[in-house]
Amino acid sequence: MSHEASSTMDQPHGHVVHVDPEGGKTSMWLFLFTELLLFGGLFLIYGVYRHMYEPAFHHAAAELNKVMGVTNTLVLLTSSLTMVLSVNSLQRNQPKRSMNFLVITLLLSAVFLVIKFFEWSAKYHHGIFPGTEHLHAMEHGEGLFFNLYFMMTGLHGIHVVIGMIVMLVVLAKIRSGAVNVNSNGILEYTGLYWHLVDLIWIFLLPLFYLTT
Amino acid sequence: MADTNATAVNLGYGKSGSYLSTPANGNLLSWLTTVDHKKIGLMYAAVMFTFFLVGVSLGFLIRLELLEPGTQFISARTYNSVFTLHGVIMIFLFIVPGIPAILGNFILPLQLGADDVAMPRLNLMSWYIYMVGAIMALASLVTGGGVADTGWTFYAPYSLNTNTNVSLAVMAAFVLGFSSILTGMNFITTIHRLRAPGMGFFRMPLFCWGLYATSWIQVIATPVVGITLLLVFMERTLGIGVFDPARGGDPILYQHLFWIYSHPVVYVMVLPAMGIISEILPTFARRTIFGYKAIALSSMAIAVVGYLVWGHHMFTAGMSDTARWVFSLLTFFVAIPTGVKVFNWIATLYRGSIEIRVPLLYACGWIFLFSIGGLTGLANGALATDIHLHDTAYIVGHFHYTMFGGAAIGMFAGVHYWFPKIFGRMYNEKIATWAWGMIMVGFNLTYFSMLILGLMGMPRRYQDYLPQYQTFNSLSTVGSWILVAGILVMFINLIRGARRGALAPANPWGGTTLEWQTTSPPPLLNFATPPTVTTGPYDFTEILKERQPQEVES
Repeated sequence: MSHEASSTMDQPHGHVVHVDPEGGKTSMWLFLFTELLLFGGLFLIYGVYRHMYEPAFHHAAAELNKVMGVTNTLVLLTSSLTMVLSVNSLQRNQPKRSMNFLVITLLLSAVFLVIKFFEWSAKYHHGIFPGTEHLHAMEHGEGLFFNLYFMMTGLHGIHVVIGMIVMLVVLAKIRSGAVNVNSNGILEYTGLYWHLVDLIWIFLLPLFYLTT
Repeated sequence: MADTNATAVNLGYGKSGSYLSTPANGNLLSWLTTVDHKKIGLMYAAVMFTFFLVGVSLGFLIRLELLEPGTQFISARTYNSVFTLHGVIMIFLFIVPGIPAILGNFILPLQLGADDVAMPRLNLMSWYIYMVGAIMALASLVTGGGVADTGWTFYAPYSLNTNTNVSLAVMAAFVLGFSSILTGMNFITTIHRLRAPGMGFFRMPLFCWGLYATSWIQVIATPVVGITLLLVFMERTLGIGVFDPARGGDPILYQHLFWIYSHPVVYVMVLPAMGIISEILPTFARRTIFGYKAIALSSMAIAVVGYLVWGHHMFTAGMSDTARWVFSLLTFFVAIPTGVKVFNWIATLYRGSIEIRVPLLYACGWIFLFSIGGLTGLANGALATDIHLHDTAYIVGHFHYTMFGGAAIGMFAGVHYWFPKIFGRMYNEKIATWAWGMIMVGFNLTYFSMLILGLMGMPRRYQDYLPQYQTFNSLSTVGSWILVAGILVMFINLIRGARRGALAPANPWGGTTLEWQTTSPPPLLNFATPPTVTTGPYDFTEILKERQPQEVES
C-alpha cells in the first residue's frame, strides 16, 4: 500500500481526507470506462440498425458535410495535443505555460462547438432534426441514421461542454496556486477525460461522415 | 496512516470517543455535510429502510387485493401502477443500492483496516445523487400522467406510448444508476488502495470480495442501462424511433439493452449478501471458512458469467434458436459457482463448534431460501419449461426467493450481525429470534404459494383470477400478513435496541475480521492504532483461547 506516498489534509468537522494520487487516477480510469460503455450502448444500436438498413445509412450519410466533420476532427485532435502540453508544463513547474496551453485548448473546443452549431443549424433548416415532421416522414433507415447522429453527436457535445467547464475551474485553480506542480491531479484527470472525448469523436467521424 | 491518527488525537478524537459522539453531532447539518463513511452509511440506511417499508406496504396491498377473486379495493388500472411502483421502489431504491450503500459503506473500510473510503467527498456526493434520484422518483408519482404503469422493466413500445409519467421515472432510474456507479468506483479504488499493511487480496474478508465483484458489475453494467433509459426518455420527448417499430426501430433491442444491465444487476443484489453469509458462518462455527479462495473467486466468476446470460429473460420474445440455447447453457453455468459457495458454507459448519445466535439463524435461513430461489431459477433457465412458466406467478415467486430471500434477508442477517458494532448496543435477541421465525414462515407461505400458482397456470401482473386459483392466493395473502408482522417486529426491536439496548462490547460474537478489533461503536477514524495483518481473515486460534479455553486442544 502506498500510505507513505499519501499526504493528508484537514477537512471541516475534524475529518481527515486522504490525498492519494494513485487512487484518484484509478477512479478516473474506471470512470472513463463507464463513459465508454455509455457510448457503447449507442454504438451497439448504431451497429444493429446499420446492419438492418445498410443502403439507407449510406444514402443518409451523404447528406452530412464531410469538410466540416474532418475540420472538427483536426481541431479536436489539436486540442488534445495542447492539453497534453498543458499537463506536461505544470509537471515541469511552468504554471504560466500550462495556463496558456489550457486557454488554447479551451479556444479550440469552442471552435469545435461553433462548427458543430453551424452543422446542426444547417440540418435544422432542412427540417432534419429529432421530432420534426420531415424526419418522421423519411424512410425508416434514414430517419434512424439522423436520429442516432443527433443523439450521439449531441451526447458528445454535452461532454465537450462539461469538459470546458471543468477546464475553466482548473484554470482558476492553477491561477490561484491550488493546483500546482506538487498537486496536479485534477489537471491530469481533466486531460484523461479530454482524450476520451477526442477518442469517441474519432469513432463518430467515420461512422457518420465517411460511411458512404 | 500514522500521521492521520496523530492528527486525529490532536483534534481531540482519541481512543474513547465514538463517531456518534463527535462535537455537534445532534446537529442535522453535521450529518448532511459529513464525509465519514459510517455516518453516510447510516444516512443511506435511514432513507432506504423508509423506502423499503413503503415498498412492503405496496406489496401488502397487492396481496390484499388478491385475497379473493374479483376486485376488492384496487381497480385493474390502479393495480398496474401499484405493482410498478412496488417494483421501482424495491429494485431501484432499495435492493440494488442497499447492501453496498448501507453495510458496504459502514463495514468495508473497517474490514480493510482503513480510516475511510478512498474518496470520502465523492461518497457523500453519491448520497446526494441518490437523494436527487429518489426525489425524482417520488415526483413522478404526482406529476405528468401519474404513476408509471409499465412494470419496473419499462418495456418498449408500451413505455413509449403510455400517458403515465414514464419519462420522469426513467430519468430517476438513470440518476440512481449514476449514484451506484460512483459508489462502485469508490469501493474498487478503496479495495485496491487502502488495505491494511499485510492484507493481500487473498487475506481480505469475503464480504470485501463480494463488494469487489459487485462494484465491478455496477461500473460495467450500469452505463448501458443508463443510455437505454435516456433513449426511452428521448423517444417519449422527441420520437427518435430507435425502439419504436412504427419508425423502423426494434423493441427487442430495448429488451436486450435493458437486460444487459438488469441481469448482471441481480448479482449486484446477491453477491454482497453472499459475502455477509461468508462472514457470519465462520464466526458462529468458530472455524475458518472452508474453501476461502473458491468462495472469493466464485464471486468473480458469478460476476463474469452473470454478464453473459441476459438473454434468458427473452426466451419467448422472439430470439433465434441458437441464441436461446446459448443463453440457456450459460445460465446453467452460473449455478456452478453458486453451488461451490453453498457447499463450502455447509462444509464450514461441519464439525464447527456452532453457537446459534440471531445472525446465524438469518444466515441459515438465507441459504435455505436462496437455494429454493436458485433451483427454481434453473426451471426458468431451461428452454422447454420456461415456455410454460414464462409470465406466470411462478416467476414472481422465484424472483422473490432470489431477491427478497437472497438480497433482503442477507441484508437483515448483516444488520443483525454488525448492529452492535454500528450502534454500540444490542437488540433483544429473543424478540429478534421470534421476528426471524415469523419472517421465515410468512415468507415461505407467501412465495411458495406463488410457485404452485404459476405451475397451475396463473399469469402474473393480473388484478383478478379464476376461482380455481383461490386457495393458494388466499394462503399467499395470509402468509404476507405474517411476513409483514415479522418485518415490523424486527424493525421495532432494532430501533429499540439502537436507542436503549444493553451496551455491546467490542467483539460480541467472537469475530476475527478487523472491524471487531476496534471499539463499538468505532471512533471517528475507526482505529486507535492502525492494524496490521499477519494471517488470513478467519483464524480463530486466539478467539478460542480467550473464550473456550477448555475446547482448545493442546
